[in-house]
Amino acid sequence: MGEIGLYLHIPFCVRKCAYCDFLSFPAGEEMKKIYASALIREIRGYRNAAEDSKVTSIFLGGGTPSLMPVRQLRAVFQAIYDTFPVDKDAEITMEMNPGTVNEALMSFVFDSVNRVSLGMQSAVDEELVTLGRIHTFEDVRKSVELLRESGVKNLNLDLMSGIPGQTEASWARTLSAAVSLGPEHISAYSLIVEEGTPFFRMKEEGSLVLPDEETERRMYTMTRDVLARSGYAQYEFSNYAREGFRCRHNIRYWKRGDYLGFGVGAASLFRGSRWSNTRDVDEYIRLSPDPGALVRGMERLNKRAEIEEYMFLGLRMTEGVSSAAFREAFGVEIRDLYGDVIDRQIRSGLMDEPKEGTFRLTDRGIDISNVVLAEYLLD
Amino acid sequence: MDQSRIRNFCIIAHIDHGKSTLADRIIEETGLLTEREMQDQVLDNMDLERERGITIKAQTVRTIYKADDGEEYIFNLIDTPGHVDFNYEVSRSLAACDGAVLVVDSTQGVEAQTLGNVYLALDHDLEILPVINKVDLPSAQPDEVAREIEDVIGLEAMECPRISAKTGLNVHEVLESIVHKLPAPSGDPDKPLRALIFDSLYDSYRGVIVFMRVFDGSVRKGSHIKMMATGADFEVTEVGIFGAGKFIPEEELSAGMVGYLEASIKDMKQTRVGDTVTDYAHMCDEALPGYKEPQPMVYCGIYPAETPRYPDLRDALEKLQLNDAALQYEPETSQALGFGFRCGFLGLLHLDVVTQRLEREYDLDLITTAPSVIYKIYKTDGTVLDITNPTNMPDPSEIEHMEEPMVKAEIMVTTEYIGPIMTLCQERRGIYEETEYLETTRAVLRYRMPLNEIIYDFFDALKSRSRGYASFDYEFCGYVRSELTRLDILVNHEVVDALSFIVYAPNAYKRGSQMCARLKKEIPRQLFDIPIQAAVGSKIIARETVRQLRKDVLAKCYGGDISRKRKLLEKQKEGKKKMREIGSVEVPKEAFLNVLKLDEE
Repeated sequence: MGEIGLYLHIPFCVRKCAYCDFLSFPAGEEMKKIYASALIREIRGYRNAAEDSKVTSIFLGGGTPSLMPVRQLRAVFQAIYDTFPVDKDAEITMEMNPGTVNEALMSFVFDSVNRVSLGMQSAVDEELVTLGRIHTFEDVRKSVELLRESGVKNLNLDLMSGIPGQTEASWARTLSAAVSLGPEHISAYSLIVEEGTPFFRMKEEGSLVLPDEETERRMYTMTRDVLARSGYAQYEFSNYAREGFRCRHNIRYWKRGDYLGFGVGAASLFRGSRWSNTRDVDEYIRLSPDPGALVRGMERLNKRAEIEEYMFLGLRMTEGVSSAAFREAFGVEIRDLYGDVIDRQIRSGLMDEPKEGTFRLTDRGIDISNVVLAEYLLD
Repeated sequence: MDQSRIRNFCIIAHIDHGKSTLADRIIEETGLLTEREMQDQVLDNMDLERERGITIKAQTVRTIYKADDGEEYIFNLIDTPGHVDFNYEVSRSLAACDGAVLVVDSTQGVEAQTLGNVYLALDHDLEILPVINKVDLPSAQPDEVAREIEDVIGLEAMECPRISAKTGLNVHEVLESIVHKLPAPSGDPDKPLRALIFDSLYDSYRGVIVFMRVFDGSVRKGSHIKMMATGADFEVTEVGIFGAGKFIPEEELSAGMVGYLEASIKDMKQTRVGDTVTDYAHMCDEALPGYKEPQPMVYCGIYPAETPRYPDLRDALEKLQLNDAALQYEPETSQALGFGFRCGFLGLLHLDVVTQRLEREYDLDLITTAPSVIYKIYKTDGTVLDITNPTNMPDPSEIEHMEEPMVKAEIMVTTEYIGPIMTLCQERRGIYEETEYLETTRAVLRYRMPLNEIIYDFFDALKSRSRGYASFDYEFCGYVRSELTRLDILVNHEVVDALSFIVYAPNAYKRGSQMCARLKKEIPRQLFDIPIQAAVGSKIIARETVRQLRKDVLAKCYGGDISRKRKLLEKQKEGKKKMREIGSVEVPKEAFLNVLKLDEE
């Protein structure tokens, strides 16, 4: 029986943050209800598709899933359990915005979810304002308290570096504040100014002052050092966990396990194909009775594409990729395909081989990962 | 053939004043072509020309016009190239005509090339028929333009046809004027053959097809002919006239006619434009005047972006040269770029046209080095060297002095931009000669300028500083002694030979700094710091550093959306493919040409 992960996209938010280019938007109660019904129809449409797959992780992402009323969340989960065999030890994560955590949600959290990912971003309220977040650091502290009281044993905090106006000192404050809240897991991403966001327009106008490249690099190093000292080991470019608390669902993405994405714009990798759902929410709702009609950009991966993905995703993990696993997956030697690239990168100090046949990026390799990983695309 | 029924003429105009459109209308109204057959612009049949809106390769069309007097006239409309680089071709085309239709845009008035073309036409004693075009546009000022033609050029223009070539308005009037105002040819059909080659075309099946105007005598299939300048002789296999877009065989071409001949000619070098065709056994007394060897003025290195395609580049140049006798090339080797060719061109546009044809028609990816002129180096041992590649410049201790080519430049500009244009010319070492006011708002500036100052980006600079209102023409006017030195560029401490160039010595420091700054912009950051230096001899005169790449932002693979990540990496990889590795540094291909773009405005 194959293992599979499920991703559910809840596109609602209270208001759009200034950096956000994810598929999300403010929505009224009626819309939420209609969307939940569409989601349920889509899930049930997979009734026969995955009955021989065991679900070992579920991830509710957004947007802000905590904006979905509990009654609808329960209905969606009912559809999942009706449609898929869910493993009793499955990791079930729900993303929450600290500004939306409330008592009413806790009963659902208590009996349906075992991991919560809280969008803290910063411990500095001015930075939260800059980002357009709807919460303060105090809201984060209170949320953590409430979640712990409700029995959440696996908690992630999302942090963001590279915020306009952020300094090394303020980032250090954010890191130690996060650590002091005692989460099991910390994700730290850098802000990317994406086209179409308010930040992008500000950057074009020259009114957005971002930390320079050197500062960003030092922040990244600091993150690794501070978190390591506090018992969080890095296991991926941007992810740190206490022993036994790595995020199984995200690891699935990097190791190319199967997953099905439900909801508007959600991405899937299933039995050798990748696809995404339509990004148009009206269309999503209209077509949800026929899940096949939602599919956009269906791509059957050939071996070459699989190998490329294996490398550029696998090398995001600090454990690296091993030649034995590569051989087992593809029946060819990693060195036959990438010997030149690997040797050159080792010579340039971008990669090392901690034990024979295991290759991983060095700190310098991670710093300039776009350049390094692009070399694993085959001609 | 009754010569009184023949009119051999061309249309001359400044770029975009409507020459090709009027040609289309004339062909249409004279009827040899149905509308369905009409391509949009019959005379411009190369894609490239259409895109640039100019005609590069002269072509010609014969049509029959039934005039209002009831007689049929043969019109030979000889097309002329529209750019200063092709002045010699223009002059040969004009020499094949008896008259010229001068098109002036009623919204623009007289421009630099209008004048240049008129002077050329007058040099060839052509009767000139002015036509005012685009009178259908709201901004048309036909009266003012007519007055301008009279004042500036000195041609009677008040009564001339006022037309819209686009809509066909009053084109009939042009046709009647051609019959009544332009002269018929007046050669002697009984004299020995004397014909002018004004163009030629290479066809892989038929060999060279020679386009010519017969002045005296006649030629037919089987005639034994001789080219007076090249000395080559041939037996004619076919003669004929130019239909629209096709060749129509005829028995004979006689005095006054325009047509083509074929004689199994394999080598275009034997049938040079400007040469005189005569009878082998009965040579004419004297060749027609004006023959010149095509003289390249501008040189640059052309290299394949991918080294293994060198043989393809050589084949492509060979084929292009069959059709373009002015293109010259010889193999050269660069340490930085490998095997390639040093190519000679009539001018910058010619260079541009050739490189674009190589890329499009032969699917080649090219690296083009900065263009150079021919410098004359007088060595201490008394010998003189022509240098087209800066790398070949001898050691300064062996040089007595150097000379560089100069041009007479005429810039026509509206008076409000005279200031900025004069500044530009001074920056480019122009020697001011005079300003001639054509009317209160427009003037011609005349400068003597070193050719090497205008071959990089002068034209672009001129356009940007005049908001497109300046037009420009130039003519080679000899060599002058100059203080010149070679500037080398070092990338990561290595001299990149393909970036070396010769510069006016007092400007070396400034140019060196500009080039370093430009390269800093062109070369992307890499895994290590890359020093870029400019040097004269062993002395470093400028330096910049491309700082090493330190940190990429780490994107979130949100919700398992991997395709976005892949796109980012593919973009990264694509960028790398467009690089050429110099030592261990990756340099974008365009950098070799862009490095001399100086005008940042």
